[in-house]
Amino acid sequence: MNRELLYLLVPLSCLVAALLAGFLGSRIGRVNAHRSAIGGVGLAFVLSCLIASDVFSGNHFNGSVYTWAVSGGTRFEIGFLIDPLSAVMMVVVTFVSLMVHIYTIGYMADDPGYTRFFSYIALFTFAMLMLVMSNNFLQLFFGWEGVGLVSYLLIGFWNERESAIRANLKAFLVNRVGDFGFILGIGAVLALFGSLDYQTVFDAAPSFADGTFTGPFGSEWHWMTLICLLLFVGAMGKSAQVPLHVWLPDSMEGPTPISALIHAATMVTAGIFLVARMSPLFELSTTALAVVLLIGALTTLLMAFVALVQTDIKRVVAYSTLSQLGYMTVALGASAYSAAIFHLATHAFFKALLFLAAGSVIIAMHHEQDMRRMGGLRKLMPVTYITCVIGSLALAGIPPFAGFFSKDAIIEAVHHSSTPGAGFAYVAVMIGVVLTAFYSFRLVFMAFHGEERMDAKTRSHLHEPPRVVTIPLVALAVPSILAGLILVDPVMDGSLFGNSVVVSAGPEGLGMTAAGMLAHAPYSAPFWLALTGILLAWVCYSWKPGLPASAAERWPRLYRLLMNKYGFDEFYHWVFADGARGLGHFFWEWGDRRLIDGWMVNGIAGAVGRAAGLVRRIQSGLVYHYAFAMIIGLVGLMSWFLFARGN
Amino acid sequence: MALLNDHLLSVLIWFPVVGGILVLASCDDRRAGRARWTAVAVSVATFLLSIPLWSRFDRTSAEMQFVERIPWIERFQIEYFLGVDGISVPLVLLTTLLTMVVVVAGWRVVQARVAQYFAAFLIMEGLMIGVFCALDGILFYLFWEAMLIPMFLIIGVWGGPNRVYAAIKFFLYTLLGSLLMLVALLYLSRAAGGSFDLLFFHHLPLSAGVQTLVFLAFFAAFAVKIPMVPVHTWLPDAHVEAPTGGSVILAAITLKMGAYGFLRIAMPIAPDAAHQIAPIIIGLSLLAVVYIALVALVQQDMKKLIAYSSISHMGFVTLGFFVFETRAMEGAIVQMISHGFISGALFLCVGVLYDRLHSREIATYGGVIKVMPVFAFFIVFFAMANAGLPGTSGFVGEFLVILGTFSVNGWYAAVAALTLIVGAAYTLWMVKRVVFGPIQNPQVAEMEDLDRREFGMLLFVAAGVLLIGVWPAPLLEIMAASVDQLLAHVAVSKL
Repeated sequence: MNRELLYLLVPLSCLVAALLAGFLGSRIGRVNAHRSAIGGVGLAFVLSCLIASDVFSGNHFNGSVYTWAVSGGTRFEIGFLIDPLSAVMMVVVTFVSLMVHIYTIGYMADDPGYTRFFSYIALFTFAMLMLVMSNNFLQLFFGWEGVGLVSYLLIGFWNERESAIRANLKAFLVNRVGDFGFILGIGAVLALFGSLDYQTVFDAAPSFADGTFTGPFGSEWHWMTLICLLLFVGAMGKSAQVPLHVWLPDSMEGPTPISALIHAATMVTAGIFLVARMSPLFELSTTALAVVLLIGALTTLLMAFVALVQTDIKRVVAYSTLSQLGYMTVALGASAYSAAIFHLATHAFFKALLFLAAGSVIIAMHHEQDMRRMGGLRKLMPVTYITCVIGSLALAGIPPFAGFFSKDAIIEAVHHSSTPGAGFAYVAVMIGVVLTAFYSFRLVFMAFHGEERMDAKTRSHLHEPPRVVTIPLVALAVPSILAGLILVDPVMDGSLFGNSVVVSAGPEGLGMTAAGMLAHAPYSAPFWLALTGILLAWVCYSWKPGLPASAAERWPRLYRLLMNKYGFDEFYHWVFADGARGLGHFFWEWGDRRLIDGWMVNGIAGAVGRAAGLVRRIQSGLVYHYAFAMIIGLVGLMSWFLFARGN
Repeated sequence: MALLNDHLLSVLIWFPVVGGILVLASCDDRRAGRARWTAVAVSVATFLLSIPLWSRFDRTSAEMQFVERIPWIERFQIEYFLGVDGISVPLVLLTTLLTMVVVVAGWRVVQARVAQYFAAFLIMEGLMIGVFCALDGILFYLFWEAMLIPMFLIIGVWGGPNRVYAAIKFFLYTLLGSLLMLVALLYLSRAAGGSFDLLFFHHLPLSAGVQTLVFLAFFAAFAVKIPMVPVHTWLPDAHVEAPTGGSVILAAITLKMGAYGFLRIAMPIAPDAAHQIAPIIIGLSLLAVVYIALVALVQQDMKKLIAYSSISHMGFVTLGFFVFETRAMEGAIVQMISHGFISGALFLCVGVLYDRLHSREIATYGGVIKVMPVFAFFIVFFAMANAGLPGTSGFVGEFLVILGTFSVNGWYAAVAALTLIVGAAYTLWMVKRVVFGPIQNPQVAEMEDLDRREFGMLLFVAAGVLLIGVWPAPLLEIMAASVDQLLAHVAVSKL
């Protein structure tokens, strides 16, 4: 079969599925709607696996499908770049998406928007695939905005809830702030390189490495720094890096399956993918890398602290996602692109697993999300419990689970990095290890261990959800255990990603192997830090449950700071939302209504009216007035003739 | 057939005018059905007649095509001179397409003076096509002014409670501007030895001072029409009072006449002045993008909000023109077409709501999706297009203008790109308050979803928005040669 057609079929099968479920959903019925969606995404998954195996045997592809537009000598193409990086992303995206599709059958069973939901998640998969398979900036932006749109629709899926439609507007607008930078970055790329095609740009990049321009106040700027920073602003929006992270926790207003798919496993990793894809550009700007590193380290640390005090089960996982995205960003800043994508992949599996497990708890608890009203669930929901523990172990980085390898790769890479700020980042990721282990097992102990704190009615209905829910949990648990072990060697020796990402300071040169890392683990700091975190969680939430409350009392300011999430939301609301509205009112009232309409338009009209009133008085209608005027005029004319003409 | 071959433009102009007069002749509300069907037939036929303009247009040539030229008033050397290039063809097609939609939109809503209503639109269609085809100064001026009359009547007769104020404001505002244009045309004609040939004016040598004066005179006419800040305040009032169809035509086509005037008349006739005044125009355009967007944010009336959004989007058009860059200018022209579809569609959506509850206030609604899911789909789609989502036509123009502007000046591009945030903010905030949320108003709970007629017209426009968004290549192809030639012409100084 023609390769190009095969590639085209991957996103298109999802698109067709989305259109079927969306537009014909009410006609073909719920079952056929989910069959078509799952069929489409399932086909995409199978094809992605085939393509991946083809890619890893050395068949890369870079070509265009059709010409979107030609303008001013620039060709804007829609096309695919199929290399190891996109192949890994395709497999991860379609696999997690498929699991979420199956899970949704159970989770959304009673929802009136059932077919609409399937349509959205299939559409999401389409947009995400277009994003990762793109070979140019235009299509990248298309997929980028496409996933943003679907995220908007899905966060606001329960559109009668004020909180949901507030959250989706916020998510879209914060992402648009990122896109503002992103589109300018694309503008800068086009202005500098005259093309939006990745390969053309990457090939030409080294010759522009020292190109500078004069910025404001006579400062000297590297073009590459500008381009990378602008593109990274876009990445910060999608991948929810501080200070553009505020939308992600609120996005938990959406149904849980999409929290797993979009707001943990795939869409939020688009920014990470973007930077990895652009690694040939980022490598040319140390300044940009330092900024990336710093932002990532801040996100890791700040968000992990907030996760410690959350009581909503989904929000704990959401903040852990933020913190883990910080890890990936740190890796990017340390030029360890392969480690970042490695962590992206393992994280996709175990974070989707954790979200789906949280969702399983939420259905069982009849949409109760507060962990303070849970407890002791492990006996009632054994499958959920075991898979959730597996996910948490992977997240905490305990060997030999998937997260251990990817996180260790990042920590080692930062340790050896020469990017400015790497020292700070190293401390941040080390502290992050303790915090990650702590909040992960805080969740486990609060929800699944200890006494049962729910009311009797909920307790009587509590049971493990149906198989469509538990099968995806098990299916995701497998790669959460094994993905690291399998992938670590090819990642470390550089054979997995080949030259699809730049290898300069990554973990590739460190000679790490799976066996070596496992053997070394007991002698390494991260391992013991993680164990400490788990132990602390056990002490605080299982052994001495009164401890956290007394700690909160002891440091009330710190506790409030964390509960308020450092006040980002209030600040933004005050400055941007209220500020824009206030400015709008001011402009409208004083600019449009008073200055232009009141003073200029109606003012001129009034002046004309008054002038007319004055002129009208001359026409009094009295004959002797007119006669008098005539005589004056006659005398004037005669004088002029006599005196002026006479001389 | 010879008539169609040699006089296609004349046919396109006069066929709907004659059709409109025929509809008027059946002027009797008891025979409203006949008036409606005749109007539909005429508008569809006009659209079909305009298709050869697209299919037979030679895309490799920047010359005027389908030219008709005969002396008209020989004493004053006024000619009946028509022709189209790659810039006017898309605008003519936009006019014929949207007139069909508008006729369908007024189908059931207008119950009084039905024949006059449809006749006004048909006659206006012909006159607007005339504006886009006229190559003689006086002919252009006549079409330009004549189309004010049906629009004035549409607002003044079928409009809302404050229609007289709005209609007069609209009329005076635009008339004041266009009188200056007439003065400039008369001056140019004297300088050209009596001719009113616009293409001849393009090559007329003019001193710097004269160019500035001539340009400013044209600027007065076109800036009001577009409208640019600060002469924009007639537009929100006119939109609020106009019936749905009037709003659609006003936003979709009338505004484009101003932008078209810059390309056809002001820039090529006074290129040095255009370059000289460009910074001011760019400043006003960026002001439109940001200032007007913030004003749009606080509007309580949906039509006002969309009107302000139109001004903001037209700011992109003038920005794209006056950075003198190919991609930006082509993007600006795509934006003109795209804005025609999107703003037209949004006004249709407001019309759908207005027909049901007779309110344009955002606060009246809320939770519309619960009772009108199909409608909600369309309005969210068009709102996203208005916010410039890739895959819709709204993206293409904005993208190309931002990209093109960036290669000229990064700061301009940065200010323009703010529209990504503020444009999404005002549009989606309106959608949130109208479409989503719980139903507060018991009347909303009674609303019925789209009927077939409404569904059809929205689907038609949505298809256009999507097609241009997914594959803008044909649209860009048809204008490429003309834009290149225009930019080359403007780059050469007349001094």
